[in-house]
Amino acid sequence: MEIKWREKARLMDGEAIRRALERIAHEIVERNTGIDDLVLVGVRRRGVPLAERLAGRIRAIEGRGVPVGILDITLYRDDLTMLDHQPQVHQTDIPFLVTGKRVVLVDDVIFTGRTVRAAMDAIMDLGRPGSIQLAVMLDRGHRELPVRPDYVGKSVPTSRREVVEVRLTETDGEDGVVILERT
Amino acid sequence: MLSKDLLGLEHLSRAAIEEILDTAGPMREIMHRSIKKVPALRGRTVVTLFYEASTRTRVSFELAAKYLSCDTIGVAAASSSVSKGESLKDTARTLAAMQPDIIVLRHPRAGAAALLAGEVPAHVVNAGDGAHEHPTQALLDLFTVREKKGRIEGLKVAIVGDIAHSRVARSNIWGFGRLGAQVCLAGPATLMPEAVQEMGARVVSLEEALTDADVVMTLRLQMERQKAGLLPSLGEYAALFGLNRERLALARPDALVMHPGPMNRGIEITPEVADGPQSVIVQQVENGVAVRMAVLYLIAGGGAKHETID
Repeated sequence: MEIKWREKARLMDGEAIRRALERIAHEIVERNTGIDDLVLVGVRRRGVPLAERLAGRIRAIEGRGVPVGILDITLYRDDLTMLDHQPQVHQTDIPFLVTGKRVVLVDDVIFTGRTVRAAMDAIMDLGRPGSIQLAVMLDRGHRELPVRPDYVGKSVPTSRREVVEVRLTETDGEDGVVILERT
Repeated sequence: MLSKDLLGLEHLSRAAIEEILDTAGPMREIMHRSIKKVPALRGRTVVTLFYEASTRTRVSFELAAKYLSCDTIGVAAASSSVSKGESLKDTARTLAAMQPDIIVLRHPRAGAAALLAGEVPAHVVNAGDGAHEHPTQALLDLFTVREKKGRIEGLKVAIVGDIAHSRVARSNIWGFGRLGAQVCLAGPATLMPEAVQEMGARVVSLEEALTDADVVMTLRLQMERQKAGLLPSLGEYAALFGLNRERLALARPDALVMHPGPMNRGIEITPEVADGPQSVIVQQVENGVAVRMAVLYLIAGGGAKHETID
């Protein structure tokens, strides 16, 4: 039985995403008083192009770049035993040490907070970071764990039954944040 | 996508095989971390039940399980109640009563893993049953080749040696065939099973098998075969079938040299070739742990249906 989705609302368009990333990049640099020891780690799929775009914005602001890593949290999920079938595991590629670094996790949406919890556990297994901060494009509420983002593109209350999607050119062919509903 | 057990590659779909290979790559990254552990299978128990001696396969499975946070127990049959005459069925039921999640079995009789799988609710992984199948060996061979060559489809794979007694050969014939490679077999006629061509492999001369091969896989020659009168002498085998530099030159210049181990240096393979630039024998061992991690992860997966919201 295939579920059909329809776009119920568009929360952000490409321009809004671009401006949010610009603001977040400035906020990251400001709050960390520069980019020494700063590293970005993109979570799973859509966090990765967002991290890369942020790194580009930071390079434009500071004149030099920050390292970007890719984190797959599939093996750290807390729902593996409950899933009908295992999700595909992808490569984690963090080609630098995290010990002592200010790690900024980057993801598209924060919802229950369980993905962020898994990401923090994964980072901790790789070393002892100096600090971990979190940047998300969209906060849709409904936290189930005491996790909060440090940098947010947009905060929107949603219903649990709604599906929120951050679409990016790199993964979906266009930029936008949409709410989907079943038809 | 895997069912309850992994008994062999004969009936495993191409998609299932590729899923295992796709999962093994990320698993290998974990082996290079300082903390070689992810919590994915935390609290699951893996029992390795080996009725035949093994170092590499057993250690490979146990490390794979530990890297995924499983608890592991190894049972070596010689030092267990099996030496008192306990049957496989009884051993299986005894272990099953202790609620392990996964049993990895190596046994000298074909079909032993299937028998065990039918007796216990645990997931059963076949680590070699007689001369029948050794699926994780073939999977690691497939992974090694796919990584080095970028694909399996269309490759020419030569398997040389005692095919008749080789579960590694059988699983590889199924696996490489399913993924679209052409498998050629060569070896002494006394050690070549008649029906093997029905499995999709071609039996040819050594020269024809090696010519333009992309992969050359040599099998261990067991010393017992000479005693059983199947070979005139090991020296003659080495002279006629041993993989040396001249024979390897018949294959493509970028051909991979593979061996499931342990090697008899100087018999089925010369030290020069075994340690040469085309040899991926050591990588096979590393990839074996990653592939077994993938198998354990995928086989332990599943459970109650649950809708995920990410």
